Amino acid sequence: MKESLISIKYLLVKRGEKVVLRVEKLDIQHGEVLAVVGPNGAGKSTLLLSLARLLKPEQGKIFFNNTQAENTSIRSASSASESDTAYRRRIALVMQDPLLFDTSVFENVASGLRFRGMSKDEIRQKVPLWVERLGISHLSQRRASELSGGEAQRVSLARALVLEPELLLLDEPFSSLDPPTRSSILDDLGALLKETSTTTLFVTHDLPEAAQLADRMAIVIENRLQQIDEAKMLFEKPANKDVARFLNYRSM
Amino acid sequence: MTAPFSLAIMIFDAEVLQITILSLQISALATGVSLLIGLPLGTILAQSKFPGRSFFLSMVNTGMGLPPVVVGLFVAMMLWRSGPMGNLKLIYTPIAIIIAQVVISFPVVTGLTAAALQALDPRLKLQLYGLGASRLQMIWMLWKEARLPLLAALMAGFGSVISEVGASMMVGGNIRHQTRVLTTAIVLETGKGNFDIAIALGILLLTITFLVNWALTWIQQRGARR
Repeated sequence: MKESLISIKYLLVKRGEKVVLRVEKLDIQHGEVLAVVGPNGAGKSTLLLSLARLLKPEQGKIFFNNTQAENTSIRSASSASESDTAYRRRIALVMQDPLLFDTSVFENVASGLRFRGMSKDEIRQKVPLWVERLGISHLSQRRASELSGGEAQRVSLARALVLEPELLLLDEPFSSLDPPTRSSILDDLGALLKETSTTTLFVTHDLPEAAQLADRMAIVIENRLQQIDEAKMLFEKPANKDVARFLNYRSM
Repeated sequence: MTAPFSLAIMIFDAEVLQITILSLQISALATGVSLLIGLPLGTILAQSKFPGRSFFLSMVNTGMGLPPVVVGLFVAMMLWRSGPMGNLKLIYTPIAIIIAQVVISFPVVTGLTAAALQALDPRLKLQLYGLGASRLQMIWMLWKEARLPLLAALMAGFGSVISEVGASMMVGGNIRHQTRVLTTAIVLETGKGNFDIAIALGILLLTITFLVNWALTWIQQRGARR
């Protein structure tokens, strides 16, 4: 068995007094695409934000490459200590809405590289490569505000992938796109993730989407990680009634 | 002599020129200092959560409507020879006017900066952090995203001081060649019944205000091709 990139032990996240996520154990292997599925409001995004250190867990440990990610000062998103920044520079985040910056496509894709202090020459080398890979070369000089929804989400993906992150975090990136656009981006992204073997955590409430992109699925229901396995195994041996009900309902 | 002709002569008079330049220097400096205070302060008010935050925001918003004469009174008392800061000998100097104008305009810049940043999508901050931005890089990007309303804040700050007369009169004293600015000169000339000079000064004041705002609007709209 391969080494885990991420290893979570007894994670507990609270909002006020309410427990919003409980994970006893979760390992993400190097190069694996793990889908996190579950109903809306079950705690999927909480898991992703905890991994991005944008939320502070109440308890628990998150190991990144066998070193514990220190939960120093992440009381909320408003604080960012140096160690948080250093940690976040090894990951990349794509959210449900593209949230592009009001500048050109090129500058959007270059933004994360600039945060990392990369030289202009390197940026001029890397950005065209990734806009090409996501099929948006012809849009490089366009302003982000002029793009369609699908084009904007491709820019958002390029902006994350250009960083060649050790861990890519995707938070329902396709849920606001129409079906044809969604499936074409999904195909391209699947191929790119395989080619680069980028370790990816992919949050979605769409089972077919999860099955297409992911090696394994983690089922989160009612603020708790219920089961983690390959899709086939999940259907054959759901861990409990909740998982079975969710899988049956969704796959109908 | 016809009226327009005499107006033209007055506008190019050496003393009028000196008054105009002094007005511009004082108000530009005051706006600059207000920006240095208001931009960080407005950012903190918009971005941080701390107890008393909404109280501070209300204070700032009230400050946006401070009557210049009240500011003039307060600053005059502070700088008065026998006052707490009297030993600095600043009363009736251009610096006194700048201090009063900063007090008038920094709440304007602060309040509008906070409003501009609060209007941004709150998830933008998470997205920036999620791409590896440090705290300063995150704030810099938010400023860039809000550059249009931030320039509007700058224009409002400048507008509130170049047009202000009460405080300048009270702490500057309207001393010829030293603290006489366009607005206080207009008050003086009107009081003396010299309407033609007052009108010439009024036209100059309007022209300057227009030119400064035109330049700022041009910068603002250059970035607004949507």
